[in-house]
Amino acid sequence: MSTKTDTPREPGPAADPGSDLGAAGSQLSTAPQEEVTLPSLGPIGWVRWFWRQLTSMRVALLLLFLLSIGAIPGSLIPQTSIDPVKVDQFKADHTTLGDIYDKLGMFHVYSSVWFSAIYLLLFISLIGCIVPRSWQFVGQLRGRPPGAPRRLTRLPAYTTWRTDAAPEEVLGAAQRLLKKRRFRAHRAGTAVAAEKGYLREAGNLVFHVALIVMLVAFAVGSLWKSEGGKLVTEGDGFANSLTQFDDFKSGAFFDTDTMEPFGFTLNKFEATYERSGPQKGTPRTFRAHLTYYTGADGKEHRRAVEVNTPLDIAGSKVFLLSHGYAPEVTVKDGRGKVVYQGAVPFLPQDPKNLTSTGVVKVPGAQTKDGKRNQLGFQGFFVPTFGGKGSGSMFSQFPALDYPVLTLTAYHGDLGVDSGLPQNVYQLQKKYLKQYKVKGAPLAKMMLPGETMKLPNGDGSIQFTGIKNWASFKITHQPGNGLALAGAVAALLGLAGSLFIQRRRVWVRAEPGADGVTVVEMAGLGRSESPRLPEELGDLAAALEPDAPLVPDAATGPDAPTTGSDAATGPESDPQPEPAPAAGSGSEDPAEPTDSDGPAEPSEGARA
Amino acid sequence: MNIAAAANETLAHNSNLLVYSAMAVYTLAFVAHMSEWVFGSRSKVARTAAALTSQATAPATASAKVAQQGGGTAVLERPKVITKSAAGSRDVPDGPGAAGGTEKGDLYGRIAISLTVLAWGLHVGGVITRALSVQRAPWGNMYEFSTTFAAVAVGIYLLLLTLRKNVRWIGLPLVTTVLLDLGLAVSVLYTASDQLVPALHSYWLWIHVSCAILSGAVLYLGAVATLLFLFRDRYEAKLADPAGKQPGAFATSVLERLPSAASLDKFAYRVNATVFPLWTFTIIAGAIWAEAAWGRYWGWDPKEVWAFITWVGYACYLHARSTAGWKGRKAAWLGLIAFACYLFNYYGVNIFVTGLHSYAGV
Repeated sequence: MSTKTDTPREPGPAADPGSDLGAAGSQLSTAPQEEVTLPSLGPIGWVRWFWRQLTSMRVALLLLFLLSIGAIPGSLIPQTSIDPVKVDQFKADHTTLGDIYDKLGMFHVYSSVWFSAIYLLLFISLIGCIVPRSWQFVGQLRGRPPGAPRRLTRLPAYTTWRTDAAPEEVLGAAQRLLKKRRFRAHRAGTAVAAEKGYLREAGNLVFHVALIVMLVAFAVGSLWKSEGGKLVTEGDGFANSLTQFDDFKSGAFFDTDTMEPFGFTLNKFEATYERSGPQKGTPRTFRAHLTYYTGADGKEHRRAVEVNTPLDIAGSKVFLLSHGYAPEVTVKDGRGKVVYQGAVPFLPQDPKNLTSTGVVKVPGAQTKDGKRNQLGFQGFFVPTFGGKGSGSMFSQFPALDYPVLTLTAYHGDLGVDSGLPQNVYQLQKKYLKQYKVKGAPLAKMMLPGETMKLPNGDGSIQFTGIKNWASFKITHQPGNGLALAGAVAALLGLAGSLFIQRRRVWVRAEPGADGVTVVEMAGLGRSESPRLPEELGDLAAALEPDAPLVPDAATGPDAPTTGSDAATGPESDPQPEPAPAAGSGSEDPAEPTDSDGPAEPSEGARA
Repeated sequence: MNIAAAANETLAHNSNLLVYSAMAVYTLAFVAHMSEWVFGSRSKVARTAAALTSQATAPATASAKVAQQGGGTAVLERPKVITKSAAGSRDVPDGPGAAGGTEKGDLYGRIAISLTVLAWGLHVGGVITRALSVQRAPWGNMYEFSTTFAAVAVGIYLLLLTLRKNVRWIGLPLVTTVLLDLGLAVSVLYTASDQLVPALHSYWLWIHVSCAILSGAVLYLGAVATLLFLFRDRYEAKLADPAGKQPGAFATSVLERLPSAASLDKFAYRVNATVFPLWTFTIIAGAIWAEAAWGRYWGWDPKEVWAFITWVGYACYLHARSTAGWKGRKAAWLGLIAFACYLFNYYGVNIFVTGLHSYAGV
């Protein structure tokens, strides 16, 4: 439907079928017109040409298609933003491909240059489309529905009848009726022109503007966001400042001075698991009981945080991410002095049954004769040990049914004094020596309460108990509200643009040759809809009391009201092309005159 | 807890029995549909060909239709509305349906629908007992999603039938795919009835997943219509060009009984356009849930990416359909690609790609 309809009404028969509707069919939508012209030479001409191309529907379609294709690799190739470990793994496995992918930005597709180029072009195209359409739409709202085309019979839905009422009365009644049905209606010559369903175009524009709003919200969110992780053992807490985070990421414009003061303490972590059946071991509940405060001297509140229920606190949100176990140990050095006492978080290596690994670093330990002897322990913790017979340190169940801690011990220099940051979950063994007993590394499986003695009287480590830990993600993401508003607006706009029909109705009443008023009604919609003829029928029926039917002299008594007599003439034109045969006659006034055609249209009847 | 679990297992067992019974009855319906098509092939209607050849001489009669009005004398009292199709369309009447106007074919068709209704009742029973056995929405894993999906698709088909829409032609492809879907569900995807992992404990499960299922089922019907449109359109194009290659006997026999290409296209468009806002809402609801569960509303998780690709695919389809040079077959292909994306998002992403949505153990 992209005929160039901005030309003034042109009743010439040689024009394409849309043009005989003249202005009537114009601007039923503000969809852009397709341009096929070649650009004139010169830079301005080229810029204009480029702009027209970019804002054309065809290019927009192409960009949309490219966007969906461009999104695919990001779902199949590991992404740095989601799982950096996997990316490294991939690069190690496929060296050549990894390099190529790296150059193409395949490991960060959604922030890559080419992906950004696609969506930015798409949004520029969108803006280039929306702005003129909005102006046009405003113009349409301020203007009036276009007048009736000369030949109403050409329209997709048409009806006519003859009546005793005067044309003026009929038109007045038609205008009242259409206004009552919330059409915008006005008189134009011997016809009433009416239009309804402007919300379709409004919805369309709202939808596209909302897409831009969502993009802006997304950009705001990623530029000003902050996101950090924190592992907290039961009894410990967190306060919102940069140094407290285990890891921290923020957008380009995030300012650490704007961090709101708040904090929380993990009182208790609860987890339950499926005890039987095929899904044995599947988690059923995770619940972290927190005490939190906001502000420097805020009051304390208690709340439980679960996987789907984050804690909303001072513009940030605290999410429960994962959990694990922290064995409590007491380490005594060679002097018998307690040099370490506390819970050490072990990290799960097996997410299902929580076989965990971890290290204990004791920098302050000394030998019995007072020499510096830093101690390091490394080992496994299993919440449910398989029993001596199983021979492996793999947990059988994620709950604490049979907790066992296995450690080996090292001594020497932990390397923590160098000032370089060190992973707290790994031992740097460069200057460490493993304790050995008769040539074999010292290792012991401990149940809670048990102790492992170090050789040479260097001390001991006691496994005193187990605490839970939970890791939290603390995010601050502005623009969420805007994104939600955009999404809701997009949805409403979309519904409006897809479910509302925009249509025009014309009612013409003119005295016929025999002095009897001929009423013609026709409807035109943006798309072919079965509702349009139905609505026209309803309107005609509603108008009838004011324009009572007069039987047509020319037709049989069994079908006195048929409109076919008016329709057969123009209808017999072949539709796709302008009729060569009818060409000479098409200058006739559009007014139907009675002909002897029988009521044929009913033959095509509904199936 | 244990007593409850025992009762649950009985219900879950019953649910499986119901699903298996439904499959048996669907198979019978499939056979009945096949009989309908076979018996219908005996009538040599060739309406489409007739319409297309007659169109060259008398297009007016074919193009004129009278809108349905109230019955009885009201028809005489009311002016008739004459409709006219857009220029360029073929104006071919719809085919007579699978039964091809034969009485025997029609009888089998009716039997097939009755069996489908019965199977659907069993099927829905299976889904509900499954839900009761776990006391939650029955959409926690792929088995449950697949069974519910098929039930919703058949439900929409039956709803359209009761609304007296011309959708009987979809019966055979629908029953076939439902059997495939349920077969996959009970054999490959089966997961014993169980509770949900904590990440799925949210009322958004009800909203997000139910919308995903409903959109998918409707989009499925649209995709079937689009596929048939492509066949039927080529068939009509061949007929319209008597000089060119003519369709074979089998193709003619099957395709002439389908609705016209224009009707299929219109049906597909209406279905897709109606459900597109719902699919949009599904994604938005998912984003809101993701915000609550994972701290960000959009994180380019594979499931999110493919939902987005599907969305863009359907957006392409809707735009293409109103763009000159793209409407018709090209738009139809876009529609099919978009539905393929939906399918990949379901089977492909859940099975082959690891992401945040893959915690239900298939």
